[in-house]
Amino acid sequence: MERFDRRYIFLVIFVIVLFPLLMPIGLPIRVSKEAMGAYEAIDKIPPGSKIYFACDYDPGSMPELHPMTIAILNHLFSHNVKVIGACLWPGGPPLLEEALNKVGVQKYGKKYGVDFVNLGYKEGREVVMVSLGRSIPTTFPDDFYGTPISQLPVMQGVRSLNDVAMIVNISAGYPGTKEWVQQVQSRYHVILAAGCTAVSAPEYYPYYQSGQLVGLLGGLAGAAEYEKLVGVAGTATRGMDAQSLGHLAIILFIALGNFLYLYLKKKGKLTRR
Amino acid sequence: MKREVPLIITAIFGSFMVIDYFVPHPLVSGFGEMLQQWAIIVVAFAYVLGVANIARISGEKISRRSRDWRYQFPLLAGLAFMLTVGVVWGVGERTLFNDFYLYAYSPMQGTMFSLLAFFIASAAFRAFRMRSFEAALLAIAAIIVMLGRVPVGTLIWDKIPVVSDWIMNVPQMAAKRAIMIGAALGAISTGLKVILGIERNYLGGD
Amino acid sequence: MLPLPVLTTMAAVLTIAVFTFLYKDNPFYKFAEHVFVGIAAGYVVAIEYQNVFLPNLWRPLMAGQYVLVIPFLLGVLMFSRFTGRFNWLSRWAIGLMVGTFSGLAIIGFAQGDLVAQIQANMLPLRAHSLIDTFSNCIIVLGLLVSLVYFFFSKEHKGVLGAAARLGIWFLMVSFGASYGFTVMARISLLVGRLLFLMMDWPASFGIQFLH
Repeated sequence: MERFDRRYIFLVIFVIVLFPLLMPIGLPIRVSKEAMGAYEAIDKIPPGSKIYFACDYDPGSMPELHPMTIAILNHLFSHNVKVIGACLWPGGPPLLEEALNKVGVQKYGKKYGVDFVNLGYKEGREVVMVSLGRSIPTTFPDDFYGTPISQLPVMQGVRSLNDVAMIVNISAGYPGTKEWVQQVQSRYHVILAAGCTAVSAPEYYPYYQSGQLVGLLGGLAGAAEYEKLVGVAGTATRGMDAQSLGHLAIILFIALGNFLYLYLKKKGKLTRR
Repeated sequence: MKREVPLIITAIFGSFMVIDYFVPHPLVSGFGEMLQQWAIIVVAFAYVLGVANIARISGEKISRRSRDWRYQFPLLAGLAFMLTVGVVWGVGERTLFNDFYLYAYSPMQGTMFSLLAFFIASAAFRAFRMRSFEAALLAIAAIIVMLGRVPVGTLIWDKIPVVSDWIMNVPQMAAKRAIMIGAALGAISTGLKVILGIERNYLGGD
Repeated sequence: MLPLPVLTTMAAVLTIAVFTFLYKDNPFYKFAEHVFVGIAAGYVVAIEYQNVFLPNLWRPLMAGQYVLVIPFLLGVLMFSRFTGRFNWLSRWAIGLMVGTFSGLAIIGFAQGDLVAQIQANMLPLRAHSLIDTFSNCIIVLGLLVSLVYFFFSKEHKGVLGAAARLGIWFLMVSFGASYGFTVMARISLLVGRLLFLMMDWPASFGIQFLH
């Protein structure tokens, strides 16, 4: 079976994932309690409060995480919560900028510097996180565009992470949710909700169970769940049909591969290496 | 000088990061804040060093006419272009830098990662074998979780998502917690060894 | 700024060039791969310059915070790695980074992982409902036997061996769950690129291909 040309498998997967995008099925999405936890925590934030939005991903994880960012920003701006956004991944700031403009400016008519800010990127990973807990102006003296943050109304009264109502972290790996829990949540006891790639999500369930995370969105499914909760059908919802068929295809491949393996083994046709 | 000074620097910075957590005195926290700002600056230089190394290796490949040496030219051209455009004209919205980020860097990185979907399908068919009870347990858990996380699982049996959630929140979580605790013990001991100068591999050879 | 159809077409061409790797390695893919590495490298340096070097080093230094000369010199010394004789000077900066991250790791792992997770596992073995009671017992048992599996100071025989075996089963369930989530992640990355090719690219020309 190792000699089987894998390009046929590539073709099958391509067709199976493409089909529901061309002809949506519209399968219903079920909301998990982890996603509901994040939603309820954000829903409780009083209007006019400020939250820190840690956008720790780059284009490699965009299909999973950008819909989460869009959905959460929809929730925040619709509740008139002010957003202080920043990135610990170098590829993050333009994605955050695109999301803030698309949702904040174009949809809700929010004003940069008054209702939200993009502080940009800072290198240092855990060091930056701990430093933010001490002093945001020292860590980010300027925003992404080079404007001193002291000149921005949204940053007035925000000296450190203790002055924000909550931290929302969208992360693709390291640095990300794990480090935010270790260095910030455990040190400064700020409320923390996280969205992450599906690859990382299983390892964060202990943080959710312990209460260190108030909510957890895992992968495209988590993004689709949040889109359902906020009533915004975005790319995640659209992608869930393809996700469903893709999973069925993988299960079929596993079953077929094992069936063929056992069959050939029984027939004595498996060549020994 | 060659090994002792770096070890002393490591010990000072490392110890201070630990002491800073326990001592709230302004003198300690002020010094800690300063050291953290220094670390942010030095780590940024490390990134630039990495890129400089890429340029150096590319140059060497061209001069030695190594395999695929002609492709180093578009690599260096892309590097020089983004660097120049970003440094000179800025990185914000409506800049050429931002355009090439969104429409060259972003799609290429996204596509490279998306290739993994094909390889995981290929691996599922060609390599995933339930040769033992443990492997079968892995496969069954994987199948239940895969079905439970997508809408089609509910269509097959409405209890699949419930079972999947239970697996994620109970046995899976317990095992991950065990791995987490083990890793934490390892990280703490390694950190202590580094700060105390017992672990010196990061200094490289002499 | 370049026109949107030009930009999206460039993105689509580069996307398809990378996808051609699935057929076999070819010059289009190699070209796209090398361009990507170059652009990514240039991007990182430009971002570091604009977001770290200028606001955190250069401007404060020019404003009078002369103590920042120290990290500046340490950063510059990192480039001594390119010299033969003086490459040991880069170890000073490496020592700073390694020391800082080690110190933070000790606190982070101890407080955030070790203490908090052990505390969270102190669950009542008799809860309000039968399912919660059962689940709590499984969590406590699962943690203990999984930790036993990683205890290699004693041979896994007898009771210890049985506990370790049970620990492996818990670990296999967790690896299976991780595999399931990994499949989800990979498929969704493909979904994202296909949506771009079929939705965003035609939309830049005013064509609505998907409904």
